[in-house]
Amino acid sequence: MNDMTHTASGDNGLKKPSARYAGRLRRNRLGLSLSMFAMAVGLAALFWILGVLLYKGLDAISWSMFVESTPAPGSAGGLANAMWGSLLLVGVSALVSTPVGILAGIYLSEYGASSRFGSVTRFVTDIMLSAPSIVIGLFVYALVVAPMGYFSGWAGSIALALIALPVVVRTTENMLRLVPAPLREAATALGAPKWRVSVSVVLRASSSGVVTGILLAIARVSGETAPLLFTALSNQFMSSDMSQPIASLPVVIYQFAMSPYEDWVSLAWGGALMVTFTVLLINIVARVLFRDKSKG
Amino acid sequence: MNSNLQADSPPSKLALEVKNLSFFYGKFQGLKDISLGIAEKKVTAFIGPSGCGKSTLLRTFNRMYSLYPGQRAEGEINFYGQNILSPKQDLNLLRSRIGMVFQKPTPFPMSIYDNIAFGVRLYENLSASEMDDRVEWSLRKAAIWDEVKDKLNQSGLSLSGGQQQRLCIARSVAIKPSVLLLDEPTSALDPISTAKVEELVHELKEDYTIAIVTHNMQQAARVSDFTAYMYLGEMIEFGDTEQLFFKPKRTETEDYITGRFG
Repeated sequence: MNDMTHTASGDNGLKKPSARYAGRLRRNRLGLSLSMFAMAVGLAALFWILGVLLYKGLDAISWSMFVESTPAPGSAGGLANAMWGSLLLVGVSALVSTPVGILAGIYLSEYGASSRFGSVTRFVTDIMLSAPSIVIGLFVYALVVAPMGYFSGWAGSIALALIALPVVVRTTENMLRLVPAPLREAATALGAPKWRVSVSVVLRASSSGVVTGILLAIARVSGETAPLLFTALSNQFMSSDMSQPIASLPVVIYQFAMSPYEDWVSLAWGGALMVTFTVLLINIVARVLFRDKSKG
Repeated sequence: MNSNLQADSPPSKLALEVKNLSFFYGKFQGLKDISLGIAEKKVTAFIGPSGCGKSTLLRTFNRMYSLYPGQRAEGEINFYGQNILSPKQDLNLLRSRIGMVFQKPTPFPMSIYDNIAFGVRLYENLSASEMDDRVEWSLRKAAIWDEVKDKLNQSGLSLSGGQQQRLCIARSVAIKPSVLLLDEPTSALDPISTAKVEELVHELKEDYTIAIVTHNMQQAARVSDFTAYMYLGEMIEFGDTEQLFFKPKRTETEDYITGRFG
């Protein structure tokens, strides 16, 4: 035996897989197929919903749906008042929850990160995040609608803002926390006061993430129905008066879909298609925004 | 020859005078009774193995540690005679006089122009044309003007690492501090960018007092007038750079610079 025969022996190069290794490969394949199956189930449900929506909703979509108000049973009409109302309700709630949410997020991340008040705020925000939206609706009903004596758009917007607020707070906080400490130190080292560092550098560095959070909050509240039932109620006519009951897409869908009238049900499908695709669009925009910025 | 640390202190005027400085991270003592002087318009380098406290020392000069509760310093640091460790010291004002550049480039998420203007606007009210002049002046000082003059409106993040670091130096210079603290400013840079930054340090000491922390002993030898060798939170030797590298007085220093450390 010499060195030559030794190097030429079967110890070098690829080895025959052991039984243990083969078993691991099998388990790997099993795990992969299970997760693929789970994904397929989820996707199937999603596409089923979208498919049914498109099938039933596309029929209802016409020019008159965008320009005419909700009709009496049997007559022609559209959803213009509900779309406009939804836009107002969601817009006002975003105007309220965005600044408050961003400020609270800055506080939680930059100032009160480890303070007692900070952790209490975080805890309460988390509770609000998981509170059933109907409870928030009842809360606003008791707080605003009952004392004032009538349903109003303002009450609806407050309810929606309360639902959007915790989403904005937590995403803002989480996004600010992702900003590396050296960036804060660098701004501080120039003699910048803390509020300036927080707003001009930290918030700016995470702006795309924060905007994404706001968009997701808007997407979430645009489909809310329960909190509006007790607050904004609905309105058969086109209205911009926020101190009066005002129509919204989700509530109209709820009313019309339950009705025995065929044209109402058809309009409900059209409205459902509108809401779903608006939410889908907002989500896609949010994701594209976040992806582009986090690359640059 | 005198083996006393203080006696080696430079004869020139001191910008910073550290007296019996101790530093604590909670209960852990990071610096032990440090005393030294940082000479005006000279480059003072701090060398030593990782964790020896050289960055910690640098971060006491602009009170950066005050951002973090639980970190505290004892002793005295006199900045032209004024004790900056005093609780009454206005930290923002102090930091506008003692600038700092960090290990990793930290451009702000804004245009190159605004990266410079951000700090200037904090303390000065300049007209648009004065601001333009200041931005150009500081970018020239940091030897990066020619590379960025045509893209001042682009994001600072679009620059290369070496350019970003020089942008950060320009940003510190722009507010006209009197001392510049450089915390391992080239450890994330390639050799060419490193050479540029070192050259820059040479030019900047005409106008600024510079303290630099570095892992690279050749760099300390190249750029500094005075060098301090630190180990485990203590100042082992401090003196003239040439003398410290060629005729160190302490065997610990010699072991470290000749690589026989540990």
